[in-house]
Amino acid sequence: MSASRHDSRPRPASLREAALAEREALRARYPKQFRTDWAGRLRGIAVLATAVGLAAYGMWALDFSLLRIVHGLGRLFGFAVEMLPPSAGGRFGVFLRALAETLGIAFLGTLTAALFAFPVAFLAARNVVPNPFARFAVRRGLDVMRSVDVLIWALIWINVVGLGPFAGALAIACSDFGAFGKLFSEAIETGDRRPAEGVVASGGSGLHRIRFGLIPGVLPVLASQVLYVFESNTRSATIIGIVGAGGIGQYLTELIRVLELQQVAFLVLMILVTVAMIDGVSGRLRRAIIGGAAR
Amino acid sequence: MLGLLLLAVLLALSAYVAEVRPLVLAANIGKFTAYIQQIIPVLRPDHFRADWAEWYWGLPKWLSLLGETLMMAYLGTLLGALGGFVLCFAAAGNLVKSVAIRFAAKRFLEICRTVPEIVFALIFVIAFGLGPMVGVLALAIHTAGALGKLFSEVVENIDGKPVEGLTASGASWVETVRFAVLPQVLSNFVSYALLRFEINVRGAGVMGFVGAGGIGQELLVAIRNFYYSDVSAILLMIVLTVFAIDLGTEKLRHRLIGGEGAR
Repeated sequence: MSASRHDSRPRPASLREAALAEREALRARYPKQFRTDWAGRLRGIAVLATAVGLAAYGMWALDFSLLRIVHGLGRLFGFAVEMLPPSAGGRFGVFLRALAETLGIAFLGTLTAALFAFPVAFLAARNVVPNPFARFAVRRGLDVMRSVDVLIWALIWINVVGLGPFAGALAIACSDFGAFGKLFSEAIETGDRRPAEGVVASGGSGLHRIRFGLIPGVLPVLASQVLYVFESNTRSATIIGIVGAGGIGQYLTELIRVLELQQVAFLVLMILVTVAMIDGVSGRLRRAIIGGAAR
Repeated sequence: MLGLLLLAVLLALSAYVAEVRPLVLAANIGKFTAYIQQIIPVLRPDHFRADWAEWYWGLPKWLSLLGETLMMAYLGTLLGALGGFVLCFAAAGNLVKSVAIRFAAKRFLEICRTVPEIVFALIFVIAFGLGPMVGVLALAIHTAGALGKLFSEVVENIDGKPVEGLTASGASWVETVRFAVLPQVLSNFVSYALLRFEINVRGAGVMGFVGAGGIGQELLVAIRNFYYSDVSAILLMIVLTVFAIDLGTEKLRHRLIGGEGAR
């Protein structure tokens, strides 16, 4: 506060007090900033009240009961105690094999989906297919595939190829086909336009334009999206066993049903570690790919 | 070259562990197309009303279950977003200096996020009993983990000057968050929560598979018992609902983020 020595006026103790002391003058100078925004405030309150009201109605409609929650929390606490210490119960080898199966399902499903979605995505991209009706049809088709959950796909494929991990891989491939189609086509649309224009200007055909003008630019983006979806698929592949489509989910479901909680905890830990490892490796790969593209 | 070789080896390995049987697929692919054909209902133009009524014979029941599913998704998203909101500030590096608190918050969010919601539902069904409440709790925990991480990333990327300004004028931690951080992040938070709502609608649709409420139970019964026209009827309802929600939330999100950009 050595600066105050040069000041003739008495120096207020803090910035806050200075601002408060000058408040009336400020209010007079900036009436717009000081006006209460009643409309905005009312809108905020209305939105909040609707959200809370809907939530209250929902809780009533879905039979929320405090008693059940308290009871359940007590039992959950009991489960948590029973989970300790996590132990494989001598089935570590079996679990490991199931985990490998899970990763296999995720890998195969992701790759298959990406391969099939790659050509289709071009059909859904505005800068490749200018016809809005054709594009609309492809897009809605992809949306339908995407909006059917992977567990439902698994149930359908089990009818076709029987129980087991193959059905799981097919299910992931189907539901991700839709997701990839959407992601890829968006990447293609936002890609750099200039290379494609260059190819056309130098006499390239429509296919040349796609092959040499569009694909080189978007390939790294697509590859990083594939890796990203693979990460999320290792998570979905862990649950696909719930309906009998292979992987570690089968054991998880069974062990939860019979309350072998130590083994459940062990399985969950195995999943956590695996997912963290996959995330780490694929995150590094993604950064390498995108970094390479930027260079 | 090495990368391709590695990819091929990985592919072969996964094909082996996943028991890929192309021959079975080729032999049974007819079953898939036949299945699709079977679930397509008979709708004759001259008996359209009667056929329609037969296809959607359970419409009132299914609609109320669909409403239940949507409500589960809404409550799950709301409660999860609240949880993520509380935890994200503790996990943000620019607001919390204590490494221990940050580490604990981050690991907790990670566990919530990595364990799929349906696994939570499986455990909760045993603890709380069957019903949609379980589905809501399971969705909420998973959502808290997913949104908490996204929220904390948003918070870590804010402009630091308002925070410094408030800290300098003697505001408490809560006041700093309220007046310096919240105005910067709120529209992004809402946008992420809407995105999550979309995902949760899909998630709530299958909660019924483990007895945690919603339309999933009906669908499971229909698929397992080969009630073909019911499968297509329920699937169509789910797909249309997801479409509508996607479109609606996309519009809202564009308005939120667009409004942000214009300012």
